[in-house]
Amino acid sequence: MKGEPKELKITVNGKTYELKVKAKALLSDVLRKDLKLTGVKRGCLESTCGVCTVILDGKAVRSCSILALQANGHEVTTIEGLAQGDKLHPIQQAFIDHGAIECGFCIPGRVMMAKALLDENPNPTREEVRLAMQGVLCADAGYVKQIEAVEIAAEKMRGGE
Amino acid sequence: MKDFEYVAPVTAEEALSLLSQYKEEAKIIAGGQSMLVVMRQGLLAPEVVVDVKGITALDYMTYDEREGLKIGALTTHRAIETSPLIQKQFRVLSEMERNLATIQTRNWGTIGGNLCHGDPAGDPAPVLIVLGAMLKLRKLTGERIVAMEDFSRDILEVDLEPSEMLIEIQVPPPRPHTGTAHEKLMVMQGDAGIVGVAVSITLKPGNGICEDARIVLSNAASIPLRAKEAERCLAGRAIDGDLLTEAGEVASKEASPPSDVHASEEYRREMIKVFVKRVANKALERAKLEVR
Repeated sequence: MKGEPKELKITVNGKTYELKVKAKALLSDVLRKDLKLTGVKRGCLESTCGVCTVILDGKAVRSCSILALQANGHEVTTIEGLAQGDKLHPIQQAFIDHGAIECGFCIPGRVMMAKALLDENPNPTREEVRLAMQGVLCADAGYVKQIEAVEIAAEKMRGGE
Repeated sequence: MKDFEYVAPVTAEEALSLLSQYKEEAKIIAGGQSMLVVMRQGLLAPEVVVDVKGITALDYMTYDEREGLKIGALTTHRAIETSPLIQKQFRVLSEMERNLATIQTRNWGTIGGNLCHGDPAGDPAPVLIVLGAMLKLRKLTGERIVAMEDFSRDILEVDLEPSEMLIEIQVPPPRPHTGTAHEKLMVMQGDAGIVGVAVSITLKPGNGICEDARIVLSNAASIPLRAKEAERCLAGRAIDGDLLTEAGEVASKEASPPSDVHASEEYRREMIKVFVKRVANKALERAKLEVR
């Protein structure tokens, strides 16, 4: 039946959930409303701004442009899944230490973008960092510090942090 | 967005039988990177959404010197962009993908979804047309092959029956003595092209005369537009800067570009001149390396 909730089994930040969601529910809706992971931001809802970026099966994607049911059986990581207890992820720490956060709205998406990049390519060139960071818009024009923060984090992560 | 029934087949056969069952009521979703936008805008409100993204058997790329390149319809843009095979044999495809939207969109969006969406501003279609690509379409009762060039019908309309789905994109082996290039006018890298141009130039070895030229424009008409008059300017002649300027002017007249918030028709016509010349020159330089 149209509109009738469907079963969704999804692993988010290491924990598996069995939910019932409408077919038209977006992945970002389910993460924010059903799972209360509000670090996933809602921006343009038309795949322009990138603030809803999460990692799906190891790849950065825009959670506002994927049906939640398309993530059935898949694994998602959001900003909430990065810190280990009180210890922030090196990318999060680098953003804070380097003063790369202004209003903060785009930061969760941006950190996830950086995480996907560094997981795949631990030693990216500046151009590669720039290209990845381009996938999330910042209205504060904070790009330079953000790019530098990713490079600082990359170095620390290569050192085993 | 309106409610819809959702089905997620895991094989192409299953998808085709669902399509033949629901017919006009159904719409295929692959990555949905364009489709969800038009559904949210209310331009599209299917009763049934057939999600084919999970059909992993249609996610592949193979190359054979005789048969050429075959790309499964559900291959992601990112996979094409980063494929060493594509970068070596079909560099222009990888270059085109690099400028298509953002990494996140390319990670989830598929080549087949992009082509079936039929956006005249899309980047893959013009490049595939200059490469002479064919599309394999399948329904329960059989298969047919359509040239990429003939696939587009109008804005967001393609030659695909309700019960059919795109299975494979077939690109012939790279032609000898040929250079290809693609560029588009963007405010920021990854933007939809205000105009886009793909060019293929084949030279006669020895005398450097242009044997064959293909020029295809995006966002310059209601479908990806093959600028045949401009191609005729180049064919059979020795290409120089003046001839490329002429080809750009001819292509600009052939086009019927839209006027919208991104650019006026007049501006687009000017930019078609600039980009045809620029991209054809790049294709020419690449072709020269091939005849050496």
